[in-house]
Amino acid sequence: MYLTNEQEAILKGEEGWAKKKCLEIIVGLGEMYGADRLIPVASTQISGVSYKTLGEYGLQWVESLAPAKAVVPSTLNPAGMDLCRWLEMGVPEDFAEKQMRVIRAYERLGVITLCSCTPYLAGFAPRFGEHVAWSESSAVCFVNSFLGARTNREGGPSALASAITGLTANYGLHLDENRKPTAVVKLSAKLGGLSDYSALGYLLGKMMQQTIPYLRGLPSLSVDEAKALSAAAAASGNLALFHAEGFTPESRAYVGEVGERFHVDDRDLKRVYEELSTIRSGKIDLVAIGCPHASLVELEAAAALLKGKKISPTTKLWFFTSLPVKVLAERLGFVDVIERAGGKVFTDCCMIVAPLEQMGFTTMAVNSAKAAVYAPTASKIDVVFTTFEKCVDIALEGRLV
Amino acid sequence: MRVISCRKISPGRAEGLALFSPAPISFFGTIDPTTSEVIEKSHPLYGQRIADKILIYPTGRGSTVGSYILYGLSKRGLAPRAIIMKEAEPIVAVGAIMSDIPLVDRPESFDFKSGLHIIVDADRGKIIIP
Repeated sequence: MYLTNEQEAILKGEEGWAKKKCLEIIVGLGEMYGADRLIPVASTQISGVSYKTLGEYGLQWVESLAPAKAVVPSTLNPAGMDLCRWLEMGVPEDFAEKQMRVIRAYERLGVITLCSCTPYLAGFAPRFGEHVAWSESSAVCFVNSFLGARTNREGGPSALASAITGLTANYGLHLDENRKPTAVVKLSAKLGGLSDYSALGYLLGKMMQQTIPYLRGLPSLSVDEAKALSAAAAASGNLALFHAEGFTPESRAYVGEVGERFHVDDRDLKRVYEELSTIRSGKIDLVAIGCPHASLVELEAAAALLKGKKISPTTKLWFFTSLPVKVLAERLGFVDVIERAGGKVFTDCCMIVAPLEQMGFTTMAVNSAKAAVYAPTASKIDVVFTTFEKCVDIALEGRLV
Repeated sequence: MRVISCRKISPGRAEGLALFSPAPISFFGTIDPTTSEVIEKSHPLYGQRIADKILIYPTGRGSTVGSYILYGLSKRGLAPRAIIMKEAEPIVAVGAIMSDIPLVDRPESFDFKSGLHIIVDADRGKIIIP
């Protein structure tokens, strides 16, 4: 791999230990994937923020890099709790203490402590063709597909290494030749709400191993729909890029039939709801919306459904979103309506990375296939995957309806 | 003496006794991070410790948390001295670089046995069996 004199000097340690280690990570990955050189990144998004996933040694690694500083705008993945309202969530105090150590460690590195899987809804959206190093898998798929930015699916440490060096290795999805669709997926399924896009994403992720799908027949693809689809596709498989005819910016370059053909119909979608639900009846402890973080549109829809109602006293209804979106939802009155109905709008965290297993929850309803894929293993909890409207109904009744 | 060419992933040089696994290893799940013991019951190395060994295995698998688990092992003094893989993957690569553990892959031949005395010279892309 070609390295500039300046990069060679960093590897010799001339700009300090942290920068040397971070560049070693970038170069090591580049060597592994046959990159020809390093390229600058415009932003990074770093996973490994919840103490639940990062752990003690991950935290020590982040702490060890100070006093190095991020040299490009860098934001964080969700933490394990609302950084202000964690007591209300029932997060244990010792967890909260460690979580705040993680946040402070990133702060010292000059990372912007926006803890969100949807930074693109909160002021951090890369432009078309821009090279970035993001690690949240749903955001990776979203910015590659919907915005046409370029990022590989980074791990937490490699995204952090890109933040400190401002560089990534030129391989994978940074290169034109690796962004071409390799299979056509024809949709005849009718897509209703966001959970249908999530179910479709789940199917795509499962069907497409090492394949970039070209979707034909999507009725629409709003920001929220692309967000739901991206998250599920990245969770059930490892999808980091899709093209959708008529909607995504790079799809225009690839008109005409390519590769293998797949088909998704109504029955396929219906099966996903059954496959991902681990229980069919009974009491639900928690209804959780916001995987990925809820948008203003979703909070508005929730407020409309909850206006003047009261959720069951035996169930919690939690929304997860980013801090900037919540501030706006407060101004517009949505948060007030939701919380009067007994729901809560939390920021900075989500139902996957919060320590739910330590908080007494055993059953959860979600409208996100991604949450349904991860929660049973990440938090040893039973899940129901259903539509947004049914999730709200479950919260009102306190049980599966 | 045998000299086997390989590809450097994480720099450095180390010497020790081989621990050979014919099966993949995931640092998240296969290894106990507090003892370095292989805890996955169906694994061929079940019950053995990877600490201080030249760990040799075909490929990795599993969660990205694996990088931090390898780093944690090294912080506790329980890391392998070097790692040889048939084909490296990013989780182990990043973990090895963070932990200053030499890591090489794609050796010309993958004919190793546990107990062999091995030198891994990642910087020169060589595995030496004296």
